[in-house]
Amino acid sequence: MPAYLPQKMLEWFPWLASEFFVLYVWPVVGISLAILALVVPLIVAMAYLTYAERKVLAAMQLRQGPMMVGPFGLLQPLADGLKLLGKETIIPRGANRFIFVMAPMLTFMLALVAWAVIPVNAGWVLADINVGILYLFAISSLGVYGILMAGWASNSRYAFLGGLRSAAQMVSYEVSIGLVLVTVLLTTGSLNLTDIVMAERPFWVDLLLFPMFIVFVISALAETNRAPFDLPEGESELVGGYNVEYSSMTFALFFLGEYMNMILMSGMTAVLFMGGWLPPFGIEALAAVPGVIWFALKVCFVLFIFLWARATLPRYRYDQLMRLGWKVFLPLTLLWVVVVAGALLYNNALPGME
Amino acid sequence: MSFLDQTARGFLMTELVKGFTLTLKYMFKPKVTINYPFEKGPISPRFRGEHALRRYPNGEERCIACKLCEAICPAQAITIEAEPRDDGSRRTTRYDIDMTKCIYCGLCQEACPVDAIVEGPNFEFATETREELYYNKQKLLDNGDRWEAQIAANLEADAPYR
Repeated sequence: MPAYLPQKMLEWFPWLASEFFVLYVWPVVGISLAILALVVPLIVAMAYLTYAERKVLAAMQLRQGPMMVGPFGLLQPLADGLKLLGKETIIPRGANRFIFVMAPMLTFMLALVAWAVIPVNAGWVLADINVGILYLFAISSLGVYGILMAGWASNSRYAFLGGLRSAAQMVSYEVSIGLVLVTVLLTTGSLNLTDIVMAERPFWVDLLLFPMFIVFVISALAETNRAPFDLPEGESELVGGYNVEYSSMTFALFFLGEYMNMILMSGMTAVLFMGGWLPPFGIEALAAVPGVIWFALKVCFVLFIFLWARATLPRYRYDQLMRLGWKVFLPLTLLWVVVVAGALLYNNALPGME
Repeated sequence: MSFLDQTARGFLMTELVKGFTLTLKYMFKPKVTINYPFEKGPISPRFRGEHALRRYPNGEERCIACKLCEAICPAQAITIEAEPRDDGSRRTTRYDIDMTKCIYCGLCQEACPVDAIVEGPNFEFATETREELYYNKQKLLDNGDRWEAQIAANLEADAPYR
């Protein structure tokens, strides 16, 4: 009999304590509540990320950004969402209907599903699995399918080109992301994200990881198709790339998925390089603030870099993009894996080696 | 040597840092936006906006139906019909401006010998149908009554330069 149910309730409804309920129903309810507790704040965060993006971009261009809907335009994301929902879903002739509709759903679902392993506070994680990093890597690699499917199923040249570019780009930058992850893993000795956050790294290891942090953030920009790597969307030459043919809810899902991916990548950066929910720079006095808040602040910081980059940098040319991925990042990260591994071995600081 | 130089600069990302600091600086500068429906930019006294027919201070309409404006209008947007009034003075019976034809060149107000037809400071007269933009005499006189204070001030401000 679960102790958390009030005694009175059990007297009135004795079947609540039956074996079926205790073994199956209550755990499912508990897990669903936990998922809701994670997903609802995430969706709100995503909505306000669009608002923050427009405000930050506007500020950097000496504009005001949205400010008419609600105080300071704070209700703008809701208005945008309502507007999108009120529109008609248009499926182009000759499109593969099933794949066309599946693609945005897949993008959105993958962006959400990855959050299962991200620890937002000590012990606040849906699935504390031992291969968290591999899981994240697998899910973010799957992300390319949503865009590829959208590009192919739209039966439109622009969308198809966008999908092709996206596939090539995401695959290229996944290579360097993978190698960056390897360097981080070398210093922590665990694939579990909670362990990665808690791992105690000497100061010089943090310094060694700093270039990898930058490579990771830049690769994250490319991985989420954000400026300056937003070639798959390429408003100026591909009129919107893989999502030209999408409207209404399907477009909203793509939009949600893209922003959710940004938050996910920022969350990964926070966990891998910035100490997750721990106070910054290991200042003990700041530990009074709850870990979730530190985590959120760190995610916000990385997200701000995303927006900042969009306001600052022009779009890369396609060959420059490939050159950066394959001829700069790949050798650099590969070299750094060796350097970090060598340094750790030389100083006898490999985790698990006393 | 220049290759080394370039590579070093690339890896130290000096240009990136410069660019990012610039945008960050701009982020804290005051915004240049004029909050349009609530704030409006300054308008010159010579601004040529919506037309208006003016009256003398005693309420008599200025227009004497000389038809100079109709004659000079390059877009032929003005239509005037006139006949003597009961007291024998010459007045218009019809004064129409097709605002969809008008090119806002201001020649009508230049031609007018009595400052009757003027282009006022109002530029917010968008409508939902074309019909509403075919202004008749009554509409123009109403405009004159509505904007007289500002029109008079503008004419006075511009007088030294004509």
